[in-house]
Amino acid sequence: MATTITMPQLGETVTEGTVAQWLKKPGDSIEKYEAFVEVSTDKVNAEVPAPVTGTLREVLVKEGETVATGTPIAIIDEVGAATQSNAHGTEPTQQVADAAAAPPKPSNGSTAHAAPAPQATHAAPARPAELDIAGLEAALRVASPAVRKLAREHRIDIRALQGSGANGRVTAQDVLTAAQMGPAAAVGQAIAVGTNFGATGAPAMPPTQAKPPAGGTSTYGEPLPGTTIPLNQARRIIAQRMVESKHTAPHAWSMVEVDVTNLWKWRQREKDKFDHETGGLKLTMLPFFIRAVVESLGVFPLMNARFTDEGIYVNKDVNVGIAIGLATNLVVPVVKHADQLSIKGLAVASAQLIDKARRNKLGVDDLAGGTFTVNNNGSNGSIASAPIINGGQAGIVTMEAMVKRPVVTADDAIAIRSIMNVCLSLDHRVVDGYVASGFLADLKRRLEAMGPTGIL
Amino acid sequence: MAVSSPTQTTQLMNNVDAVRATLYDAMKNDPRTVILGEDVGARGNVFLITKDFSKEFGPQRVIDTPIAEASIVGIAIGMAMEGLRPIAEIQFADFIYPAFNQIVGEAAKTRYRSNGEYTCPLVIRTPYGGGVRGALSHSVSIEALFYHVPGLKILAPAFPADVKGLLNAAIDDPDPVLFLEHKKTYRLIKGEVPDGHYTIPIGKANVLKEGTALSVVSYGLYVHWALEAAQQLADEGISVEVIDLRSIRPMDKTAILQSVEKTRKLLIVHEDNKFGGIGAEISAMVAEEALFSLDAPIRRHCAPDVPAMGYAEPLEHEYMSSPAKIADAMRELARF
Repeated sequence: MATTITMPQLGETVTEGTVAQWLKKPGDSIEKYEAFVEVSTDKVNAEVPAPVTGTLREVLVKEGETVATGTPIAIIDEVGAATQSNAHGTEPTQQVADAAAAPPKPSNGSTAHAAPAPQATHAAPARPAELDIAGLEAALRVASPAVRKLAREHRIDIRALQGSGANGRVTAQDVLTAAQMGPAAAVGQAIAVGTNFGATGAPAMPPTQAKPPAGGTSTYGEPLPGTTIPLNQARRIIAQRMVESKHTAPHAWSMVEVDVTNLWKWRQREKDKFDHETGGLKLTMLPFFIRAVVESLGVFPLMNARFTDEGIYVNKDVNVGIAIGLATNLVVPVVKHADQLSIKGLAVASAQLIDKARRNKLGVDDLAGGTFTVNNNGSNGSIASAPIINGGQAGIVTMEAMVKRPVVTADDAIAIRSIMNVCLSLDHRVVDGYVASGFLADLKRRLEAMGPTGIL
Repeated sequence: MAVSSPTQTTQLMNNVDAVRATLYDAMKNDPRTVILGEDVGARGNVFLITKDFSKEFGPQRVIDTPIAEASIVGIAIGMAMEGLRPIAEIQFADFIYPAFNQIVGEAAKTRYRSNGEYTCPLVIRTPYGGGVRGALSHSVSIEALFYHVPGLKILAPAFPADVKGLLNAAIDDPDPVLFLEHKKTYRLIKGEVPDGHYTIPIGKANVLKEGTALSVVSYGLYVHWALEAAQQLADEGISVEVIDLRSIRPMDKTAILQSVEKTRKLLIVHEDNKFGGIGAEISAMVAEEALFSLDAPIRRHCAPDVPAMGYAEPLEHEYMSSPAKIADAMRELARF
């Protein structure tokens, strides 16, 4: 194995050294700790001991030449190390810095032949490479006042962002872009609320992970087999938030069947009038569902809470996030004060948010502040799902597909009813099954009580 | 600029023409106006700004003075306090130092000292700046020396239309105004100048080019170079906002802060030395009022701290910036 010797740093303030004299010529054999070059600096002159036993292969710096510390000055071919290097799977060349600064160990009498290779490996730690990484990481953590302020405002963990600035620095624009991506603001509350900002134990996704495998790249819109889709900011953030929520909040799950026959009838009866009154808005099942959810949240405030290290914070406001799947990402805009809106008001508010989401016009305000999330998962026929909680909330409920089914009624008759499953994932740190099932039962009762006699 | 309307007629002028036309109108329209300075009469000023003024308005109103700057300003102060509207000329800003006491110690303090009984409606015009092989004594920027002084207004327009509008405002102003004319722009910079009398408010900057990646604040000759550099960067896809201060004191804090809050990065470009220059005050102001908008350290691209501009061409080039140097400074900050 070839070992590259670098100009040692002879003192803290010394930045360069001059090769005063080569004590060995290329081809000469060298014992470990044997002086092989004399280096002079403006502070000291020193003989530099060899870190390994071997043969001086090449001298890279002429006598009298001054180079910066860390600059390679010579290459030593280490004796008997070729097989070792393979065994260790290391690079054929290892950088050695500060050889002279290393305290010389007492000689164990080893000769050139007996010099054990592992020892040589110990004597050649890859320090320059480590320092580079540390430097890079430090650079990555340079957060300007604007970045700090924006990250706080938008509740973005800047460690998870891919910086577009110099040395990978996260810029203010990077934070704003992340905030506008939606999941950052909507799903990202777990980071900010109730914990020390930016210091959660949750696993951040380091921006410089393994290189993508060979085979080219493609896009989310047109994924090609055998290629890698580079992570855009939205995908990176979704990944991080999902991992974070699953990692920090122990999820439990439950499901109820809801008879929405009467609710469906009510909706059918109102939809044309609503369409007409609102100038073309579609009345879906969603606002009815949100209305029932906020009423149940009123009865079970623990479901409208969040876990913090100081305790369980019960939210004052009821702000319901609506999960909206787009072609390439997921956004969760929030209906603020949903408990203060009628079904009609919820219909208008949610329709506006969905429209904005599809046109990619959601602002940061639209995405912030959610306390509970509703996911209309049934539009493609799903009848059960186990959603991941939107971080910093106690639960998420889904509306599954409405299915007509033969049902045994209370008076033991068999009837064709419209049945919808409602699934709940809950943060088991905040509530137990007792509260959660009470909430679900209450929600079921409210939905089943909704019918054509109601007022929008 | 609040000067152009669709029907307004304009003339193509350079900066010398604009100064000359404005002074001529002031002399024509207000018998109180007096011009005094070295070679302003028979010679018609070294840049021919007041050529033939003496013939038309007579030596009583276009006064050739001895080479005595303290006297020029001192006499002008007396004239101003007693009801005339003197426009004093310091032939080159490099020669203003003997008048320092008159400007700082007297003119700037007149209103305050007399409790408003006297004002000093004085304009001191002077060509400044380098890039013309003017060497040690025909190249200086003096704005920072006077910038510290309350009671003094300092203007440094870069475009002919601004020269006219601000010189009119200076002449109308009841207090002393130091009016700086960059001599390299005198005949280099041309632009349409509206006919008739108009003023541009003192203390208003001009956003010459809107941008998003960084803000560049400058004045004088370097405004033109900053614009050129910004166009260059636009071709590279970097959007730079360029602000022409026009008025150095009072300074348009609002315009600067609004821009910095938008772009989050600030580059200050001036020809004067860096240490204690105008950029230092702008930096301090932005740090005080907009720290949490900043996404990068404030940068100042200014002259090196050497005592003067050398005569040798390489020395002058080293001292002066250039569109290319400014573009590099912009790129570096944009990349941060």
